[in-house]
Amino acid sequence: MTFRRSILPILTVVVALVVIWYGAAIKMNSTWTFDQAARAGTSPSLSEVIGDTMQQSRPLLPVPHQVVSELWKTTVEKKITSKRSLVYQGFITLKTTLWGFALGIVIGVGLAAIIVLSRIGRLSLMPWAIISQTIPIVALAPIIVILSNAAGAGTLLVPKAIIAAYLSFFPVMVSMVKGLSSPDHMQLDLLRTYGAGPRAVFWKLRVPASMPYFFASLKVSVAAAFVGAVVGELSTSAIAGLGARMLIGSQFGEPMIMWAALFAAAILAGLLIVTIGGLEQILRRAMGGRPV
Amino acid sequence: MRQKDTQFERIAYPVGFGLLVLVLWEIGVHLFNVSPALLPAPSAIGAAIASSAAILWGDWVQTVLKGALNGIWMGSLAGIALALVVDRFVFLKRGLMPVANFFAALPIVGLAPIMVMWFGFDWHSKAAVVAIMVFFPMLVNTLAGLSAADTMQRDLMRTYAAGHVATLMKLRIPAALPFVFTGLKISTTLALIGAIVAEYFGSPIRGMGFRITTEMGRLATDMVWAEIFISALTGTALYGLVALIEKRVTFWHPSHRG
Amino acid sequence: MKKPVIDVSGVDLTFPTNDGAVQALKNVDLQINKGDFVSFIGPSGCGKTTLLRCIAGLETPTDGQLTVNGLTPTEARKARSYGYVFQAAGLYPWRTIGGNVKLPLEIMRFSKEEQAKRVRKVLELVDLEGFEKKYPWQLSGGMQQRASIARALAFDADILLMDEPFGALDEIVRDHLNEQVLKLWARTEKTIAFVTHSIPEAVYLSTKIVVMSPRPGRITDIIESPLPKERPLEIRDSPEFIEIAHRVRDGLRAGHEG
Repeated sequence: MTFRRSILPILTVVVALVVIWYGAAIKMNSTWTFDQAARAGTSPSLSEVIGDTMQQSRPLLPVPHQVVSELWKTTVEKKITSKRSLVYQGFITLKTTLWGFALGIVIGVGLAAIIVLSRIGRLSLMPWAIISQTIPIVALAPIIVILSNAAGAGTLLVPKAIIAAYLSFFPVMVSMVKGLSSPDHMQLDLLRTYGAGPRAVFWKLRVPASMPYFFASLKVSVAAAFVGAVVGELSTSAIAGLGARMLIGSQFGEPMIMWAALFAAAILAGLLIVTIGGLEQILRRAMGGRPV
Repeated sequence: MRQKDTQFERIAYPVGFGLLVLVLWEIGVHLFNVSPALLPAPSAIGAAIASSAAILWGDWVQTVLKGALNGIWMGSLAGIALALVVDRFVFLKRGLMPVANFFAALPIVGLAPIMVMWFGFDWHSKAAVVAIMVFFPMLVNTLAGLSAADTMQRDLMRTYAAGHVATLMKLRIPAALPFVFTGLKISTTLALIGAIVAEYFGSPIRGMGFRITTEMGRLATDMVWAEIFISALTGTALYGLVALIEKRVTFWHPSHRG
Repeated sequence: MKKPVIDVSGVDLTFPTNDGAVQALKNVDLQINKGDFVSFIGPSGCGKTTLLRCIAGLETPTDGQLTVNGLTPTEARKARSYGYVFQAAGLYPWRTIGGNVKLPLEIMRFSKEEQAKRVRKVLELVDLEGFEKKYPWQLSGGMQQRASIARALAFDADILLMDEPFGALDEIVRDHLNEQVLKLWARTEKTIAFVTHSIPEAVYLSTKIVVMSPRPGRITDIIESPLPKERPLEIRDSPEFIEIAHRVRDGLRAGHEG
């Protein structure tokens, strides 16, 4: 049932995408093949053209199996300590992501608490929180780098994590504001009949009521942190991390490096989302929530 | 018991908070003698904006009007169009929805160097990055919106023996509009990020991303802040514009009823 | 003898569920004549809504014969033979009351003048003159439901199918609407099939009361009402009324124990 309903359609779409990709790659790369042939004065057959489009060293669009083999070379066949290992580079991006994610959670939850508890806080902070997300963070990136250096950060990890946190705090904050204000009048009145103070209302009612909202925001937030980490690497001229590999690939005109890094990023993002999703399920169940 | 926010408060508090930050910043810079290369005072940034208005305008046209906006409309139209097609085929929809959702979560901005390689330094490569970044959230949101009409409303259309097109035009597209606008709001934010990052990988000698990197190299931090200010203003204005149109078009939605 | 407008004979319907098949309708026989006001009453799960949906061609019976105006339900639906009123008003929030009533007319391609004329006429029929330009959310629940009845009347089908239309409204509003529905029925001479779970409502409105019971969904009693066509609200205190109500209650109880 689930196979026919969900897995089969997904597989079909993925296969279709791969087929389209091969088609596009052959089309795009053949220009170069024909140029080469014209220069050499030969006219290649169709099968020669197709064969050539799949094994150029600097293709416009590498075919999927080229990317996979490049990925294989730079993960399994490289020592993890090597700078060329995507496992090593991925680990650096992962570290940035997780720091940014953690920072984002702290900021998001903190802001949400202020917004829910204080009217003045809500009125003055909420619009700026929304505005913060409409500002292109990449423009701020270089400033974040020099300011955190001036503050004595020492490594690029700090500004990159700040950029990741900048993108990831927002989903947490929005969800937590919803969650902390989710108790209705009846529930609040019940606590008032017990003579509960604001502190008790917060910890005994608002916080537990907000937990499902909190967990629900984590997947979105970690994905945002990851995007932030990569954006951070791209815009701070980082020398390590998957984003840095894309930069290097671009500078040296090596498309294979870019594509491999891009794929590694997609895989890492997938792993992160699945892991956090699983964690969310476990936590939700441990807290007595119904399985969804 | 609960105080209602007045219109005045809704504007005065955030503006007041913003001004407070600016004043503290200005005082802090003068008080601690912060080097302007590190952190210029707001007044210095204002001066930089005033004296380089022409440059800033040129950058804005290059990055926002040519790069970002072209990308937004191309990506949005493509996303909406594909959603309308896919919506007709349940099998395709089931398969595409999770895949598109996954893609929407990826750092697609990483395609920027490749797009620069394909489409060159000028705005075309920027628009391409923006279009791809915008495409997935638009696709996902439109698809979700097209399934937003509830069973009862669909049954109603069946009792009228309404065909696919009539159901689409009269019911499902109007019901999908709030979702489409959500997608558009996400898109405006992504678009500026994409257009600026793509300039880091190569651009003609104008554009906001180009200016930020070059001025940063010369330690002309006030110009960098000027660009940041303009980009922030643009981002907020674009978002606000979409929100305004949304309010006009989907005035009936519970979140907009006055 | 006249041919019945709605003719149900030996209809079965089973739904496949995760816990095996559920028999929603078993061996249902029923004739509804022109101008009848027929109520379906029974506890939840007795298949009263399902039967109405079968008549409307929104569900397909697994076995048996069912004709509407001599056509199959699907053909009847395509021929726009009936107006359907759902449990909730289900008005489109992006259309005005007038626009909502116009919806079926647009789909059925009535001329512009005809649309305007009919909208005015049916809004008057349900006492909603002057609310044409209002939006649904600006009206009370009772008024919304009246608008949805107007929408069902707009294209002037001979049959009106109503699925617990007043279930969500409070008693006083419901009384008022019941009176109005009776007046409407007298004026338009439509054939009405009406699902309810309220005994007084069923007895007050109907010429024929169909008592149903669950597991499997079936008809346990059909009561022809001796009440006159002219029915003031006070009729509910008359001995005849109370007697029929008793019979309905007994029928429901028997079905519950059986």
